[in-house]
Amino acid sequence: MQNDSAAPLTQLSDEDLLDRLQRGAFAYVASYGDPETGLVADTSRAGSPASIAVVGFALSCYPIGVERGWMARAEAAARTLRVLRFFARSQQSAAPDASGHHGFYYHFLEMHSGRRVWNCELSIVDTALLAAGILLAGRYFAGDGVEREIRELSEALYRRIDWEWARDGGYAIAQGWKPECGFLNYGWEGYNEGTIVYLLGLGSPSFPLPTTSFAAWSSTYQWENLLDVDVLYSGPLFTHLFAHAWIDYRDIRDAFMREKHCDYFENTRRTIAVHREYGARNPHGFVAYDRDLWGITAGDGPGRLELRVDEHDYRAYGYMARGAPYGPDDGTLAPWAMLATVPFGVTEALRGTRRLLGQYPEVCPKDRFVSGCNPSCRQDSVWLSDGWYGLDQGLLVMMIENFRSGLPWALMRDCPYLRAGLRAAGFTGGWLAP
Amino acid sequence: MNPTPEEDDAAASAAWQRRTRPPDWRNPAAAAHYDLCVIGAGPAGLTAAVHATRQGLRVALVERRQLGGNSLNWGSVPSKALISTARDGADFRAVLARLHRVRARIAEQHSIERLTSLGIEVFFDQARFIGTHSVRVGAATLCFAKALIASGGRPRQSDIPGLTDIGFRTSETIFDLTALPRRFGIIGGGALGCEIAQAFAALGSRVTILQRQPKFLPRFERDAAELLSRSLGRAGVETRLNTQVLAARTADGSRVLDVANDELRFPITVDEVMLSIGRVPNVEDLDLTAAGVECSATEGVRTDDFLQTTNPDIYAAGDVCMRHQFTNVAAATARMAVHNAFAGGRERCSELLIPRCAYCNPEIAQIGLHSWQARERGIPIKSYTVMMADVDRAITDDRTQGFVKVYVRDGSDEIVGATIVADRASDMINELSVIMNARVGMRRLADILHTYPAQSCAIQMAAQAFVRNQTADHGQGKEWR
Repeated sequence: MQNDSAAPLTQLSDEDLLDRLQRGAFAYVASYGDPETGLVADTSRAGSPASIAVVGFALSCYPIGVERGWMARAEAAARTLRVLRFFARSQQSAAPDASGHHGFYYHFLEMHSGRRVWNCELSIVDTALLAAGILLAGRYFAGDGVEREIRELSEALYRRIDWEWARDGGYAIAQGWKPECGFLNYGWEGYNEGTIVYLLGLGSPSFPLPTTSFAAWSSTYQWENLLDVDVLYSGPLFTHLFAHAWIDYRDIRDAFMREKHCDYFENTRRTIAVHREYGARNPHGFVAYDRDLWGITAGDGPGRLELRVDEHDYRAYGYMARGAPYGPDDGTLAPWAMLATVPFGVTEALRGTRRLLGQYPEVCPKDRFVSGCNPSCRQDSVWLSDGWYGLDQGLLVMMIENFRSGLPWALMRDCPYLRAGLRAAGFTGGWLAP
Repeated sequence: MNPTPEEDDAAASAAWQRRTRPPDWRNPAAAAHYDLCVIGAGPAGLTAAVHATRQGLRVALVERRQLGGNSLNWGSVPSKALISTARDGADFRAVLARLHRVRARIAEQHSIERLTSLGIEVFFDQARFIGTHSVRVGAATLCFAKALIASGGRPRQSDIPGLTDIGFRTSETIFDLTALPRRFGIIGGGALGCEIAQAFAALGSRVTILQRQPKFLPRFERDAAELLSRSLGRAGVETRLNTQVLAARTADGSRVLDVANDELRFPITVDEVMLSIGRVPNVEDLDLTAAGVECSATEGVRTDDFLQTTNPDIYAAGDVCMRHQFTNVAAATARMAVHNAFAGGRERCSELLIPRCAYCNPEIAQIGLHSWQARERGIPIKSYTVMMADVDRAITDDRTQGFVKVYVRDGSDEIVGATIVADRASDMINELSVIMNARVGMRRLADILHTYPAQSCAIQMAAQAFVRNQTADHGQGKEWR
């Protein structure tokens, strides 16, 4: 394979472009881990704590690095074991500086000590993303020795997550918990990345969620015809991608999707069509938006800035879950987002990515996309988010691999807990059929 | 010489007083018998009294405060006058003066003169039942064949420690302000709280809105509530969701609210506080037991679907018995109750199709089922959404915030509900009200001419999206463009 690291990205073939950008993203998870705990930094910024979701992505990326020849298998196994051992040994209690409680973990942990930082919440959804990575590692490392220990720890860490506790007596699961004030409710309604919480919770052999919990969750779904596309709506793109990094949703359907003659994979494809159409209409007249330049999702933004676009005053936001078409939209695009949709439509993903790289090459320093750019917000140059975010990089590595070889999906299709969770949620058909 | 602004304002207030409760009023002598005794002269009571009188019935109307009820005197009318007048730099006293003029003008439509000229006998006093067919009003006893309880509701009080001591306002007292508060705290993020917050922010107050739940307008659609949340932010309103007021106190001459957001606890210092956490029915002072009418302090008078209470000769209407406490519902249920009581009608209040609106900027209106209510009832639905940013008139007028979302029963073209967020959603929703009542489906709606350009074209565009979708879809679902 030709992979000339000196050649401009836009001049590479599709295959080489994917390879170089995947490798650039992989280098993030390989470079920003703590040598003691194995935790991986939330961002590349100085002093960043670890994010447990980023660790979940990193655990899923190491096997990809092995298969691509970017990391020795022994090194990948050592990194995996290091962080699993950390989680197994870290303090689980109601103490305010513990690492977790009831098998769940705090959203952000100090890199070296692994203790809770920023008074952050015990995060149910981020623990689910971590658990997905832990389970994937357990599927990949099938050998003896340290790989056996990886499998044992993977099993033990997943089994000790007390999903039942996180229901707090209700039907739907709580979204967080703090030792200072108990369970938190962010008022989640409708479809989003939280589906993975239910699927992994329903599949647990130790603390399974009742099947009614998935029905309660999906009862707030809205099937919409939006910009002439029929879709299960959720505004930010990432909500249509995160669970999909691990779960091969092609041709499997729950009751809702059976009723709508759709599936969640197809739904993400349709969401991409909505975002592209929104880019073409560009109702607020933001710079650069186009059918082939899109990517509205959660991510970093310019912060509290007053913008003047097309004779209107707009307020720019900082880190925010942006969405289309209902908003919020402040002209900020996530440069990595189009490429992360590559398994759902390679033509659209690459056409958009090439357009972006041609127009704004600065969004991809060291072959690695920054979290956000805002071409409408320009002083000397286009506003760019500082450094890199681990979630973006981990998701990119996985999604490109799902497109190239399907490895993450294949590993997780064989995960008995995910299969059990999907069946309990009412999924049937496709690869789930006996 | 022209009157001064103060004299104008005093004249408007006097006219309102004269029309809604003349200072020198003397109750008439009670007749031996009334066909209908109506308790409460808000939108429900007034509608019932006028409706029954026009049918030739002898009617007594009892009111303990002002004719017009909450809607005219303290609710819908003054708050909408405030919203439409409030803008940056407007003089607060001038805004209040206009509000008083508007209220006096609208009060004329149901003035005491008009009611008495129709033959309605009006009594100002507290009503108390003394039997199944009699009620005591001051010194008089009114005997009736049928009665209608339309005593309305009042703002729900709170048990926040210290709040009563520091003094707070409600929807009933907010318009008694004589000066604009510099810092204004509003407890409650329902429709009224959000409306008042935006209006006072526009006038120049620094408004903080404290909502215990994780979103505003809990009874409205998520996307609408989120849009409102951002709009409040743009208007300069400080919004605090998931925030509970633990206690209230005074410090250095200001009012202080001690609040909690998750584990954070901090004080918010303001000059005025408004409590807006819902309403409760007025049932306590009526001696309903004497009449054999069952009620509860929270749900109000117990009625069946025909608005009949547990006393078969007594009906109820409006806020005192309805979950939806709106002026339009009060008037509709009153008319229905009179029809059921005297004309052998069997009209059901559960069949009412109720359009409602939060008069924020943009306005948020809703009718029929919410998407989640449809799912609860096992009705599979699909919504057809048109963004106002794609509507020509919204673009020409630079009013592109919002959307029209129409809920359609899957496999049919039947409209089961809608949400509209737009500059004049309160008007646009009425088109849906008419077409839903007329059972016009999406197919026909797509071809019904609308003026062009108009904001309401968005409703037709939703129907046209439906038709395009059906043509492309063939019920298979895979071809979706």
